[in-house]
Amino acid sequence: MSEIQVDCTGETCPVPLVETRKALRQAKEGDIVEVIGTHPASKKEIPMAVKALGLELIDVQEKDGIWKIKIRR
Amino acid sequence: MADKATIIVHSGDMDKVYSALIIANGALAMGMEVSLYFTFWGLQRLKKGSLEKGPLSKMHILGLGKWMVKRKMKKAGVASLERLLADFRELGGKILACDMTMEIMGIKKESLRDDLISDYCAVGTYIAEARESTITLFI
Repeated sequence: MSEIQVDCTGETCPVPLVETRKALRQAKEGDIVEVIGTHPASKKEIPMAVKALGLELIDVQEKDGIWKIKIRR
Repeated sequence: MADKATIIVHSGDMDKVYSALIIANGALAMGMEVSLYFTFWGLQRLKKGSLEKGPLSKMHILGLGKWMVKRKMKKAGVASLERLLADFRELGGKILACDMTMEIMGIKKESLRDDLISDYCAVGTYIAEARESTITLFI
């Protein structure tokens, strides 16, 4: 099992969502994908995509305008 | 089978092509299948070297408006249409070209970006897909 990091800081709609999906497609079952970003709406919408894809949202954190979302494939 | 979004890209205006590709990529990212049907002015954007060449749908002002909007988009970190299109294909999106538009406007297959186009078709293909889609849009 491995961990994939995706850095979307400074990116705006729809890039964080798209990059998250790309990473999830690359990941194997059980792998963790961690996305970091600053686009406010994506912090809400990436968890929506995770739910729609039937995957597990492990953690959402935000500090100083930078959020971190952890997903298990 | 995954939910499907079927979008007609009729406009070749830069801002409307942005809308189509952003919605399409969002739908793919959220696990849907997506088909984009390029027709009329939209199909012009699939000619080689034309993707970013569309005018602004409002306040184009001979290119001045577009230039200003593009500058603001760059500052905001908005991805280029080329990048959005590459992402669309990478996530498995399908591109279809209207063959009647090609005939009317004299567009040859050789002048289009054939490598991106899954198929050349007419209204029947669109209806067949749209009737089983949960989202269908005309842009």
